[in-house]
Amino acid sequence: MANALLYDSTLCVGCKACETACAGRWKLPYNEKIAEEQTLSDHKLTVVQTHGESFARRMCMHCAEPTCASVCPVGAFTKTALGPVVYDASKCIGCRYCMFACPFQAPVYEWGSTAPKVRKCDQCHDRQMAGKVTACTEACPTGATLSGDRDAMIAEARKRIAENPAGYYPRIYGIQEAGGTGMLLLSKVPFEQLGMPKNLPDRPLPPLTWNVLSFVPDIASVGSVLLGGVYWLTHRREAVAQAEDRPQGGVS
Amino acid sequence: MTTAALPLPRLDALRRRISIWRVIFYAIMSAALYTTYLRVFHGLGSVTNLSDQFPWGIWIGFDVLCGVGLAAGGFTLVAIVHIFHIKRYEPILRPAILTAFLGYLLVVVALMFDLGRPDRIWHPLVMWNPRSVMFEVAWCVMLYNTVLALEFAPVVFERMQWRRPMRMIQFISPPLVIAGVILSTLHQSSLGSLYLIVPSKLHPLWYSPLLPLLFYISAISVGLAMTIFESWHSARAFGKQLEWPLLMGLGRLLAVVLSVFLVMRLMDLSRRHALSLALEPRIEVYLFYVEMLLMAAPVLILFSGATATRPRLLYLCSVSAILGFIANRLNVSVTGIQAVTGATYVPRWTEIAITLGLVAAGFAIFRLAAKHLPLFEHTPPGPVREST
Repeated sequence: MANALLYDSTLCVGCKACETACAGRWKLPYNEKIAEEQTLSDHKLTVVQTHGESFARRMCMHCAEPTCASVCPVGAFTKTALGPVVYDASKCIGCRYCMFACPFQAPVYEWGSTAPKVRKCDQCHDRQMAGKVTACTEACPTGATLSGDRDAMIAEARKRIAENPAGYYPRIYGIQEAGGTGMLLLSKVPFEQLGMPKNLPDRPLPPLTWNVLSFVPDIASVGSVLLGGVYWLTHRREAVAQAEDRPQGGVS
Repeated sequence: MTTAALPLPRLDALRRRISIWRVIFYAIMSAALYTTYLRVFHGLGSVTNLSDQFPWGIWIGFDVLCGVGLAAGGFTLVAIVHIFHIKRYEPILRPAILTAFLGYLLVVVALMFDLGRPDRIWHPLVMWNPRSVMFEVAWCVMLYNTVLALEFAPVVFERMQWRRPMRMIQFISPPLVIAGVILSTLHQSSLGSLYLIVPSKLHPLWYSPLLPLLFYISAISVGLAMTIFESWHSARAFGKQLEWPLLMGLGRLLAVVLSVFLVMRLMDLSRRHALSLALEPRIEVYLFYVEMLLMAAPVLILFSGATATRPRLLYLCSVSAILGFIANRLNVSVTGIQAVTGATYVPRWTEIAITLGLVAAGFAIFRLAAKHLPLFEHTPPGPVREST
């Protein structure tokens, strides 16, 4: 079964230990100034945002059916069996369709580089392969971020809501959004107030394009035969007219 | 049905203005060259106002989306002349193919600027993801560039008087023209499919499951409009007579295709209950009206018959249709995206420099080709002459 992260905004104290651990794992610079930044960027692959009195962690959501993996023309993204969506920079041509298409605006770009890559959280795929939890989970002092089997995380989230209904907004973000994600959120306030996108369909997005794209072989084959037929008809008509011109002229 | 001679402004009178155009041309090209230097040595961030929230700007919205659409005259005219075999349109076929070929080459140049790793533009050849619309567009554009090169080759062969390659092209012509129309159908519509994946980001006045079909039909309309536009300018610039009856025919076809587009667009909006959104006082809504009016105006004028004696009015109709098309593509790709993503994107001057540079290069190369290649005065080697 795929793994997932569970982030409980009500337990988060905004200490940003997860940011520090994440920067350390990716060998990215981290200082007070970067800690202040409220958006994801090529040097900040997870961010603890402040929304009023609540905190909210933003990062790649590791969708069950990732939009990025479906739109990438060179197949640079893979949904691994363990759950993380990983990116192969050696394939990437830099079209940035993944960034444009991602409903969570998670992938970011190295705009300043002359050989830029897309960057995003890979849910510590290597650590998970080795049976360890993610770096951010390990660093979290309050248990606001947990990682483990997705079903177990959902069960844990449901338990927390059931045990303290007054303390939680009665939904788990990520169970259905865009077909389900590998990052689940709990909050005291509605998720829009944490800056999470609303209006997302409950179904995965990739079929939106695939439903059309799957007709390409039909259009190509039927269309070619049709146009070939038209070509034959119109040219045949002319050939017949030309051929009939002479004998007709001779007979009459 | 001989081409009627119509009075057009004389070239001599424009001679003084031409030097001004030349100054503008070199100014644009210098700016584009400087931008190229920055782009290559300092990266995308140094020349664009793109951001993680707004990763596609006017290089995609105008250079690629509009560039491919404005080049649609090539496949439309090829279908009319070669497949439907309406031979009287042949005199305007070659300029239309050249316009298309230049358009597509410039789209590739634009991609070399916009792609983060232009050195890897060949990757989709060997790294496949058939589920990606972008993958399909990449293949179609690449194959169609090849088709256009072969469709344009006879013009060069005729100039060089190379008989054998000419005959080889004529031999493969039927499958070639059919492939060209099919490839165009696929990727003109697929450019619309690219936006099917962002239901939560694109404004509902534009997000529609019909995007691929709407993109295809509007591409045909703008292909016709561009052919009228380009014939008008060729007639003025090269002192040749206007192919007036042919352009009138294209004008009528333009009115029909635009009407189909507009009816389909309004039906789609009403079916998705999105028409009421057109009453909100928002910038997107105003731009929606700009787009619709620019497309509806030529329909009304063309159906009224007012263009019958006024070539200039027909030309203005084509300009309106082209601007309406550009408005539509920019609304889908730039302005319709801004509100939800929370990004404010205004292109940097360097982005505009590249876009203008590509347009200027297109005009300049067309001019050169018209000067040195048999673009207008070609004599079709008919099948009868070929066999003797």
